[in-house]
Amino acid sequence: MSVPVRVRDVEKSYGRYPALKGVTLNIAAGELVALLGPSGSGKTTLLRAVAGLERPDSGNVFFGDLDANGLSLRERRIGFVFQHYALFRHMTVFGNIAFGLRARPRSTRPSEASIKAKVLELMRLVQLDGLENRYPAQLSGGQRQRVALARALAIEPRVLLLDEPFGALDARVRKDLRKWLKDLHRRTGHTTLFVTHDQDEAFELADRIAILNNGVIEQVGTAAEILATPATPFISGFIEGISMAASPRERQALLRPVAVQ
Amino acid sequence: MAMSDRLLPLSHAPKRATSETLLTRILLIGIAGLFLGTILFLPLLTVFVEATRKGWTPILESFQDPDTRSAIRLTLLVAAIAVPVNAVIGLAASWAIAKFEFRGKNLLLTLIDLPFSISPVISGVVYVLLFGAHGWLGPWLSSHGIEIIFAVPGIVLATILVTFPFVARELIPLMQSQGTSEEEAALTLGASGWYTFFRVMLPNVKWALLYGVLLCNARAMGEFGAVSVVSGHIRGLTNTMPLQIEILYNEYNFVGAFAVAALLAALALLTLVAKSALEWMFAGELAACRRH
Repeated sequence: MSVPVRVRDVEKSYGRYPALKGVTLNIAAGELVALLGPSGSGKTTLLRAVAGLERPDSGNVFFGDLDANGLSLRERRIGFVFQHYALFRHMTVFGNIAFGLRARPRSTRPSEASIKAKVLELMRLVQLDGLENRYPAQLSGGQRQRVALARALAIEPRVLLLDEPFGALDARVRKDLRKWLKDLHRRTGHTTLFVTHDQDEAFELADRIAILNNGVIEQVGTAAEILATPATPFISGFIEGISMAASPRERQALLRPVAVQ
Repeated sequence: MAMSDRLLPLSHAPKRATSETLLTRILLIGIAGLFLGTILFLPLLTVFVEATRKGWTPILESFQDPDTRSAIRLTLLVAAIAVPVNAVIGLAASWAIAKFEFRGKNLLLTLIDLPFSISPVISGVVYVLLFGAHGWLGPWLSSHGIEIIFAVPGIVLATILVTFPFVARELIPLMQSQGTSEEEAALTLGASGWYTFFRVMLPNVKWALLYGVLLCNARAMGEFGAVSVVSGHIRGLTNTMPLQIEILYNEYNFVGAFAVAALLAALALLTLVAKSALEWMFAGELAACRRH
């Protein structure tokens, strides 16, 4: 189901302001990668370029061997979770999650019964059972976030893309959801790319982290690699003060002696 | 202590910082009520009182008048054309302005407001200058047998021009505040453009659209200035209700004038009642959508 994603030399500018200056990034199938960087670093632009919501000025995005440049949004089949969820406000939770299935052309649209089964299954997966008749306005932030996730998963996406998934939540809910998302990723195994400006979040959650600054990727690596050998002075400054509350595996990695260069 | 707190009458409840003294409140509400009463309600009442002064028979007789009947038919016809046209074009223009970035966007916004800021008479005159017998396109049109000025098409065009801003003005701020992310979400979920339009965008603005359409309708039926210029006042042919009212009034046919005026006012009131009724019926859904 999940495919590797390759981003090659992607450039994008808004008017005279360059947002991405030739970004290359390889993401393995099933990998969970964080795009980390200060605001204005181009991380959201990169995510939207992978999604197809922005058209790059040059460069390519590949899903497996498939060049995504020629694909429409529908053909790309990506699951995108928006920063403020972008739930359809006039639809119930059920309607929101079912949207992607109901929107398919008649020939490939599942029957209403199998849509229902699928939606209920997803609602169990994101632990929202029983809330199918609520409207988004009647949900808490964390619940909305999970509806958005279930809605994205409903179309069986090739890739899952999350824009600041926890940005709009309060600190406690954020911690809970982080753990939960990591667990969900382990179970479903989607190739996942998420944007964050929160170092702790990136280092705790991601298999690998790509740190962006001024439209270029300054370093890509696991949390341990980046902490042990920051590639540029910017990275050293940026990761300063990270509370390494990461997994034991990563903590061990940190404690491993690193060759002095 | 807790008990006695609960037993205190409501008037002893702690005052909110924003509340005013009773006198101030009575004064403010009184002024607003008096103003609305004399400026809005009294004239409206007068219309109905004057119309029924000599009983119902003269009113019913004045509606038997073929010219009056033709004016009513024409007004309904013009509204039936102008309102849907403005709804569709207003929706398209607001969508373009609220959701896309393009050159000349501010110019378009200004143009949309133009009918509000210029006098309706001018709106009428420009059509005469454009399509009239001595206008720019007049000779070409008349050589092809197309009549616009002093005919129904001119009245429709003038009404469309004058009432264009109502729908767009309602929709643009709402669409801008809603942003584009729901539409983007729909597209990433695989929906086609049309599906997104009908299932996501339209439902999100349906109340504002309805409100705009109702206001547009009320104004379209009542438009006087622009229509007066292009209509030519041909009795039984190009007179709309407002024009017919003026003619009857100038002929000292007060009962007739007030009868038509009462009908026109009733149509406008009906529009507002319909809006309130819809709002009341769907109050729950409205609240659910607004809170988000």
